[in-house]
Amino acid sequence: MQFTWSLMVFTLALAPLQAGTAQKISYNRHIRPLLSDQCFTCHGPDATKRKAKLRLDQREEALKPAKSGERAIVPGDPKQSALVQRIQTTDKSDQMPPSESHKSLTEEQKAMLVQWIAEGAEYQAHWAYLPVAKPPLDASAGHPIDALVGVRQKELGLHPAAQADRRTLARRLYADLHGLPAPPAAVEAFQQDQAPDAYEKLVDRLLGEPAYGERMAVWWLDLVRYADSAGYHSDKGRNVSPFRDYVISAFNKNKPFDQMTIEHLAGDLLPNASVEQRVGSCFNKLLLTTDEGGAQAKDYEARYMEDRVRAVGTVWVAQTWLCAQCHDHKFDPTLSKDFYAMGAFFADIDEPIIAAPDAGIPVLNEAMQQAAATVQAQLLTAQQTYDQNPPDILQRIDAWGKTQLDAGAKDAWVKGFEKPAAQRSEAEAKQLLDAYKAHAPELADLRKTLDELKAKQKALTETNPCIVTRSTANKKTVRVLPRGDFQNESGAVVTAALPSYLPKPTIEGREPNRLDLAQWVISRDNPLTARVLVNRLWKLFYGVGLSKTQEDFGLQGEMPANTELLDWLAAEMMDRKWDVKAMVRLMVTSRTYQLTSEVTPEMLARDPENRELTRQCRFRLDAEFVRDFELGTSGLLVRTIGGPSVKPYQPDGYWENLNFPTRTWDASTGDAQYRRGLYTWWQRMFLHPSLLAFDAPSREECTADRARSNIPQQALALLNDPSFVEAAKAMAARLLSEVPGDDSARITWLLRETLQRPPTAAERGTLLALLENHRAQFKTDAAAAAAIAKAGRPAPAGLDPAELAAWSSITRVVLNLHEFITRS
Amino acid sequence: MSPFPNIHRRAFLKQASYGFGAAALANLLGNDASAGGLPGTLAAPHHAPRAKRVIFLSMAGGPSHLETFDYKPLLEKMHGKPMPDSLTKGQQIAQLQGQPLNCFAPQHGFQKYGKCGHEFSSLLPLLGTVADELCIIRSVSSDAINHDPAHMFMNTGSQIAGRPSMGAWTTYGLGSEAQTLPGFVVLTSSGRGGQNQPIAARQWASGFLPSRYQGVHLRGTGDPVMYLNPPPGTSPDRQHDVVNAINALNAEHDALVHDPEISTRIAQYEMAFKMQSSVPELMDLAKEPASVMALYGCKPGDGSFAYNCLMARRLAERGVRFIQLYHKDWDHHGDIKQGISFKAEEIDRACMALLTDLKQRGMLQDTLVIWGGEFGRTPMSQGGNGRDHHNKGFSVWMAGGGVRPGISHGATDEFGYHAVQDPVDVHDLHATMQHLLGIDHTRLTYRFQGRDYRLTDIKGKVITPILA
Repeated sequence: MQFTWSLMVFTLALAPLQAGTAQKISYNRHIRPLLSDQCFTCHGPDATKRKAKLRLDQREEALKPAKSGERAIVPGDPKQSALVQRIQTTDKSDQMPPSESHKSLTEEQKAMLVQWIAEGAEYQAHWAYLPVAKPPLDASAGHPIDALVGVRQKELGLHPAAQADRRTLARRLYADLHGLPAPPAAVEAFQQDQAPDAYEKLVDRLLGEPAYGERMAVWWLDLVRYADSAGYHSDKGRNVSPFRDYVISAFNKNKPFDQMTIEHLAGDLLPNASVEQRVGSCFNKLLLTTDEGGAQAKDYEARYMEDRVRAVGTVWVAQTWLCAQCHDHKFDPTLSKDFYAMGAFFADIDEPIIAAPDAGIPVLNEAMQQAAATVQAQLLTAQQTYDQNPPDILQRIDAWGKTQLDAGAKDAWVKGFEKPAAQRSEAEAKQLLDAYKAHAPELADLRKTLDELKAKQKALTETNPCIVTRSTANKKTVRVLPRGDFQNESGAVVTAALPSYLPKPTIEGREPNRLDLAQWVISRDNPLTARVLVNRLWKLFYGVGLSKTQEDFGLQGEMPANTELLDWLAAEMMDRKWDVKAMVRLMVTSRTYQLTSEVTPEMLARDPENRELTRQCRFRLDAEFVRDFELGTSGLLVRTIGGPSVKPYQPDGYWENLNFPTRTWDASTGDAQYRRGLYTWWQRMFLHPSLLAFDAPSREECTADRARSNIPQQALALLNDPSFVEAAKAMAARLLSEVPGDDSARITWLLRETLQRPPTAAERGTLLALLENHRAQFKTDAAAAAAIAKAGRPAPAGLDPAELAAWSSITRVVLNLHEFITRS
Repeated sequence: MSPFPNIHRRAFLKQASYGFGAAALANLLGNDASAGGLPGTLAAPHHAPRAKRVIFLSMAGGPSHLETFDYKPLLEKMHGKPMPDSLTKGQQIAQLQGQPLNCFAPQHGFQKYGKCGHEFSSLLPLLGTVADELCIIRSVSSDAINHDPAHMFMNTGSQIAGRPSMGAWTTYGLGSEAQTLPGFVVLTSSGRGGQNQPIAARQWASGFLPSRYQGVHLRGTGDPVMYLNPPPGTSPDRQHDVVNAINALNAEHDALVHDPEISTRIAQYEMAFKMQSSVPELMDLAKEPASVMALYGCKPGDGSFAYNCLMARRLAERGVRFIQLYHKDWDHHGDIKQGISFKAEEIDRACMALLTDLKQRGMLQDTLVIWGGEFGRTPMSQGGNGRDHHNKGFSVWMAGGGVRPGISHGATDEFGYHAVQDPVDVHDLHATMQHLLGIDHTRLTYRFQGRDYRLTDIKGKVITPILA
């Protein structure tokens, strides 16, 4: 079966070729992926691994005659091309790729290579490195996305599926734009809204609400590897939650993506950097750090630099620069020198290498800033009063000194008063003045005021600190580390430089800095950033990127089937001045977005992986949103935005293998227990097990493409995690308190609340049968019913424990359904 | 038989008509044998396997090879004198940075064991009774010198986080024969002395491989598997009712939307429910005869390394592919004399018992047992009574699973500093382990970030002299 399946894909990929006989083989689409995968390891950019001095990644090199006179490629003449002879021969000793490489070409692939050479063996620059040019658009064809999708579907003879129903659309929009369940009333209002722009109105409303920023943050925080702990060894906590709040706010305020990028990489270098901009620069500090005794500073200095280069490569340009840490890249034109020159951009970051995380700077919200200013002013006044000496100060000191002497005070300074004032040295006089100020009863009130103000100030500055980037003129020396070995100091010293193989501005007379790096990342001439960004946004709303390789736009990256669409979106992103919200709006308002995700066998046969967007995708919600759906639907969710990370229930002993110091997870109490998933304390070494079960990454490295698995740990978590058990109980309590009527009516209500649809007869039957069964059991098993009632927050008084327990079984079923945790 | 025959069959048949099938249902936990071939990614082993499973005894903290398996009389003679500069110059140093590097004599005696005459610590007399099963490699080196990166390197072949661990690679390649247990199981223990060095969950993570290959930490306290037990007030029967209803509703929904993920979801709920009985069955030692309990010298649920060794045998019996035991507190920067005797006592009987028990059951021949730390310790003294981290030469032993018993391989120099004879690095250990499992380490790959990654990165050679 697998065989037929792959054949189908292949047929589809070739379909346009067969349809138009005049169509040539495309180097970028057909040939480069083949050569890159099969040949470049030995005949590619890495000079140290090159065999027979043959290089196939550059046309003029591939066309050059070898010593023997043979030419690998003779354009237009496959028969004279050694490459063709070597891939077609059956002689094992001559065959390419050689058998020991365990690579091999299929007959179709060989035929493509032959045809390509016959057609002139034309090379093209790598698709992702070409300048972003906006493809022309037929303005009459409606929404730009539909127009561009339609062009390809027409070529391939494909037809889009039907539009999804309004219930599905509302659920989809809430899941995609808020990561939250759609309130049933909102779904019904949308179903009944006859206005022609009902859909757009819903989109705009959702984009305007703060949950949008929270949803986008879940995506972005994976990329920038945001976590509450340092990562290595002791995995100590660190103060970064204001950065998380900065990200939420950036998406909500619709901070242009170019500005956000600048603040991430170089917010601290901006003139008169605001606290917000400096918090943005926390990005540079989100890497793994260590405080292990016995760690060598040089070792970790190199690791930190490498981490930062990998991060920029992954977060903004989807380049696998890490490969160039040890050698020139095997597939991409990245040189090892490029890697370290990129590293030199971060040589100005001022930080101890082997150390526990520092406290950071205070980050105050508006009210706190005002409070701080008031305290500061009061403190200044009080201090002035305290420092001011009245004209009769000497008499006062002596009068007080006399009372001390008379009282027989034992303090060391008391003796000083035995000496007459006139004979005291300056130092002695000062000591007595200080003693007087510190102890005299007449100043007690003032001292108390001062202490209180200082305590207030300290509390304010310690409330919400954030680690930020600090720059120093005393830069670290960066050299190329041969094979990435930090002990090898034979490599050349490098200064900051942008990658040699991508367009870049000329910076003269000074070494470029992080600000220049950021400017380059978001410059119009950078072919990668906008393409990478829109491809990732696309995955959020269409399930899979236009290119599947979210993390790699290098030569091994997948060229999108619809390059025009990707390029149009990338150009549009830049035309719109990096307005992310506008692009999100664009993506979710296309007809293509609104298609049903239900498939027919015909669609599966024609477009098995939906690469041609003939339908929508269905996928399980991200880990954080699974929690948000459970708590949100049951009514437990507390919708505070931001603040320090919180600790939902976690099994005891889960942190037993953490140390220095040993720690216990103290579950948050009160409202803090019921926050959205993204506020969960992110401990890199032991991420909360429910988040982990649903594929939330540990965020030790930047994650561009979070996995979506389907494993038994998910069933165990949904069934038994106390947070979800409590949600089921709360849902049952709501049902019993809020919904009048018989069991059947209550089941109707329950499905409306959770799935926004009525139950089918079979569903109702199954649930009623379970209800009757468990109701009978719990009536006679009061202890069990009482145990269920005890879970989490107490249920409202007056509910029959047996009823509550029986209905909790029903709500557990519904809150475990695949449909409930699936965005369709 | 499936507890949900009808649902399962209905969902399955329908999916089959939609072009999905066994593939969607296979490999729930990296197990579930599909018809014919291997249950993992490989259709067939690359060559005939010698081992079906691995039990990896990770001695966390870095056990001193110089007090356990690598006797260096010269250190005794040179005790207190400076180490030759030629050995230490330009080498990675951990806590001894900037301090005098003086020789430190072995703190315990060594003796010969078995017919083969293996020489190791006199603190390990019980292990000595099975000395003829051991293949001792005395020339291992690692790239990393701090615990956390060194564990990562030993487990994943890389010091960068996010790479799959060796257990994940193994179940990815071979799947597992365990039907209702995870294919990759991890247990941890600590004992006396030491600092309880942290161990991160990333050490058994699946990295960029699909999540189903991740190791499952079987815990000594609380639920042995996270969220295994039903909530208070919910009996197993009631839990079963709930799971049945979930699956019935999911199956019905599938009939409308034809989503292959739903049949997988249904199977996962079945698996989760089965684990609620298979895991307690696994952990219930009531049926182990007193002789076995005496052999291991442990009590049920005492959380000792010996108990974990017994669990390892039980996991192996149930078809689990990769079993990894962490025994902590080998980080003897100070008072190594006392520290090593604690550790030796904790592992001596346990290791002997595991090998003996496996052998008696005829399982040693196809179970590869590996013992070793993330690195060794310096020939130099630290603080006059301890040893620092050392990655240039240390010892690992293997037994069973196609390894030549009763031999040693490789050697360090006279000081126990550098691996000088037949050096073996971590990639070589991985290559050899995979070779014994029937895997060509250059051919079990996964495409990530544009590259076909493998456990051995671009390195690794099979240590052929130690193959039986």
